[in-house]
Amino acid sequence: MSIFEYNGSAVVAMVGKNCFAIASDRRLGVQLQTIATDFKRISKIHDHLFIGLSGLATDVQTLYQRLVFRHKLYQLREERDMKPETFASLVSAILYEKRFGPYLCQPVIAGLGDDNKPFICTMDSIGAKELAKDFVVSGTASESLYGACEAMFKPDMEAEELFETISQALLSSVDRDCLSGWGGHVYVVTPNEIKERILKGRMD
Amino acid sequence: MSQSAVDVPPKGGFSFDLCKRNDMLIQKGLKAPSFLKTGTTIVGLIFKDGVILGADTRATEGPIVADKNCEKIHYMAPNIYCCGAGTAADTEAVTDMVSSQLRLHRYQTGRDSRVITGLTLLKKHLFSYQGHVSAALVLGGVDITGPHLHTIYPHGSTDTLPFATMGSGSLAAMSVFEAKYKEGLTRDEGIKLVAEAICSGIFNDLGSGSNVDICVITKGNKEYLRNYMEPNPRTYVSSKGYSFSKKTEVLLTKITPLMERVEITEVGEAMEE
Repeated sequence: MSIFEYNGSAVVAMVGKNCFAIASDRRLGVQLQTIATDFKRISKIHDHLFIGLSGLATDVQTLYQRLVFRHKLYQLREERDMKPETFASLVSAILYEKRFGPYLCQPVIAGLGDDNKPFICTMDSIGAKELAKDFVVSGTASESLYGACEAMFKPDMEAEELFETISQALLSSVDRDCLSGWGGHVYVVTPNEIKERILKGRMD
Repeated sequence: MSQSAVDVPPKGGFSFDLCKRNDMLIQKGLKAPSFLKTGTTIVGLIFKDGVILGADTRATEGPIVADKNCEKIHYMAPNIYCCGAGTAADTEAVTDMVSSQLRLHRYQTGRDSRVITGLTLLKKHLFSYQGHVSAALVLGGVDITGPHLHTIYPHGSTDTLPFATMGSGSLAAMSVFEAKYKEGLTRDEGIKLVAEAICSGIFNDLGSGSNVDICVITKGNKEYLRNYMEPNPRTYVSSKGYSFSKKTEVLLTKITPLMERVEITEVGEAMEE
């Protein structure tokens, strides 16, 4: 079993018209036993920047704490929020620093940049950035997520349609993966509001 | 407070503190993670007026295509570009690092960078990590001494060649070069040959795919032709799209309105003497 399959996870982010959506499953397991059904994988860095971390849960929490610390330092020094592109470079550098003993997680970063232009990117566990214009996926359900997103994604979707698309893609993919699921957690962010929704899924 | 609790950025370089824990997990039977690789076909050739570099655009994670349109031709200096194959994080990090070292060197010397300088910086770094930084590079550029093309292997050895290929598709691309390369090619002939070599990599090698990127560097000028050719367009798009008749069931909705960013303009009179 791979280290990434120890806890199980599924994270996906999609780009819409001046908005983005980021979604994850809610299961925390220890190999095949489910320990929690409300594990938070997506965290807010600032109002227009979210990071979802998949992989080993302990590294997810540690890496999130380190990133929040670095962002707070940045906010104190620069007196403003970090741009998503800058934050992605920061995460990449922090992960590459541990090239030969890496953090065992794969981040998905989603944010609204200048002019409310949505930005998404994902990285492997050593910080290789992969910018995309449509969607990015990560976690044990990633192979199914690739297929579902490829089929369901349309460019320039509005917030409600984007929510529906990302939820359907997430739930249909985690249904095909034993290690992730037990509901979904979706954030849809537009320039004026953040909508956080919890989805009902199969509890198996 | 102990040093490890405070996350002050260290003085650069790698940090090995998680190695022991990762080894322990591997011993317990968990497999190590696989990294994003750029399976790749990267090529370079020297033509009459300079250097042409070419690359495919597929990034793979095991057997899955993670990125259908990634950039493998990295900027090193205004007159030097570098294609990278191998572990994606390593090629990106090593080319970024040497690019910034070259910039500092340009500020210090006041001169344009030479290709051989980038070559030496790269090979020194790669050799010191004994091949563990898995980056195979094709470095090309035009400096005051003329056009240069080099290949750099992950262990630090280098070659200087008139035409070069690297990556999993290198054999497919090299066959095209060996058959059709000649000295003194014109710009258009060179671009056509590079595109043909990358296409042969895209269609024959499973680790390479998607589009062709080309970069033409001549004395005092460079042209980065991103997605010069797109021989694999996506043709199976459904015009109707998906319509979800059964909506997802939502258990809980929380809406956080964001405050509009207020612009503060200083209103007041100018100070008087």
